[in-house]
Amino acid sequence: MDFSIIIDNLPLLFKGLFLTLQLLLISLAIGFVMAIPLSIMAASKNPWLRLPVKAYIYVFRGTPLLIQVFIIYYGLSQFEWLRDSPLWNIFKSAYWCAVIAFALNTAAYTAEIFRGAILQTPKGELEAAEACGMSRWDQYLHIILPSALRRSIPMYGNEVIFMLHATVLAGVITLVDLFGAAKIINSRYYAPFESFISAGLFYLAITFTIVFIFKLAERHFLKHLKR
Amino acid sequence: MTEIFGGYLPMILKGMVLTIEVALLSLALSLFLGMLAASARLYGGPIARSIAGIYTTVIRGIPDLVLMMLIFFGGQVVVNKIGDKFGWGYIDIDPFVAGVITIGFIFGAYMGETFRGAIMAVSKGEIEAGHAYGMTNWQVFLHITFPSMVRHALPGFMNNWLVLVKTTALVSVIGLEDMVYSAKVAGDSLRQPFTFYVLVGTLFLLITAVSDLAMRWLERRYSIGESR
Repeated sequence: MDFSIIIDNLPLLFKGLFLTLQLLLISLAIGFVMAIPLSIMAASKNPWLRLPVKAYIYVFRGTPLLIQVFIIYYGLSQFEWLRDSPLWNIFKSAYWCAVIAFALNTAAYTAEIFRGAILQTPKGELEAAEACGMSRWDQYLHIILPSALRRSIPMYGNEVIFMLHATVLAGVITLVDLFGAAKIINSRYYAPFESFISAGLFYLAITFTIVFIFKLAERHFLKHLKR
Repeated sequence: MTEIFGGYLPMILKGMVLTIEVALLSLALSLFLGMLAASARLYGGPIARSIAGIYTTVIRGIPDLVLMMLIFFGGQVVVNKIGDKFGWGYIDIDPFVAGVITIGFIFGAYMGETFRGAIMAVSKGEIEAGHAYGMTNWQVFLHITFPSMVRHALPGFMNNWLVLVKTTALVSVIGLEDMVYSAKVAGDSLRQPFTFYVLVGTLFLLITAVSDLAMRWLERRYSIGESR
């Protein structure tokens, strides 16, 4: 094995690393913002709010992300009205298609995590809020969401790692993320071990960093639950 | 029906059979590796324990597609080198074999963690009671540890299976003619990529739904002894 290839191509790998992190952070941010209203709807007693969100979560969690990416990137070109509309500027770009697919996907998984946490809210806290005369809005803002989001931290950490690993699909639709960079190096030098092991080590390092950050977050935000 | 999908439905269904084959074979491999990893971590010596520990941690830290490429292209290099030495000439690595090995290898790590947790959850008292009745180690495993472990492992196992099924979609990337690959061929030739990818997505949902039913049945079967 000749790892000097990797040293020569470090700039390419770092460029890929940058795109991977960028895709990860943007789609996580959009997904997180979407997941909060979605999880409240999914935890609601009103079927008109709950069922559509449940269907959305079911479909996005039940199908491979690869299919979701393909439907958005390759599939949507089937519709002529879309190709003729200004929206096409977004949907013809592999970058935005990846971001949209990743964000919609992580929103579904995250909403399911938050929904579980919202349903775990102790009855007593809700009754106390009710007794204090809090509106439904205030209850969510000051009682339900703060504690539900805290309880979600460990599960959400897993979701973040899952999303990091999912970003390789960007490399499948022609983008040069970390995986795409490794693919280029492999095809240029026919060096599968060097390229994919290096990319694997990069991913491993990011995974460990994420685990570490979430450990710190758990220690800070879940102090009151420590046994 | 066949006219709706331009005569490509049989091809898609053939791809679906291949997808299910890949999923079931890699499931079998992952169960074997998972049992091995869990036993190594729980009962093994220091070396076996650290190898199993590294396996479960490293595999779960690297994206599946990177591992798949490593095994598919890397395996090709290794096979060619060996082939050169023995004068076999050029041998192609089968994407089916590479896919099954990679997915089995990855999910072996997840299964290992699931089994480890499940074995640790089996009550010690029950095992001691078994021994006190004069059961052999094998009888204790067969009648006490195993059924109780299955009960504890089922939710994690099911979760792993559902993720595994979705991961099989990746074998299309290394050229295996699975459901996703067939959808690409059909969608491209009819210029209806949306229709065919949505069709394949629906078929994945179907597999998930059937798995859910099977899971409910298994759960009922293995929780007979559970008091609720």
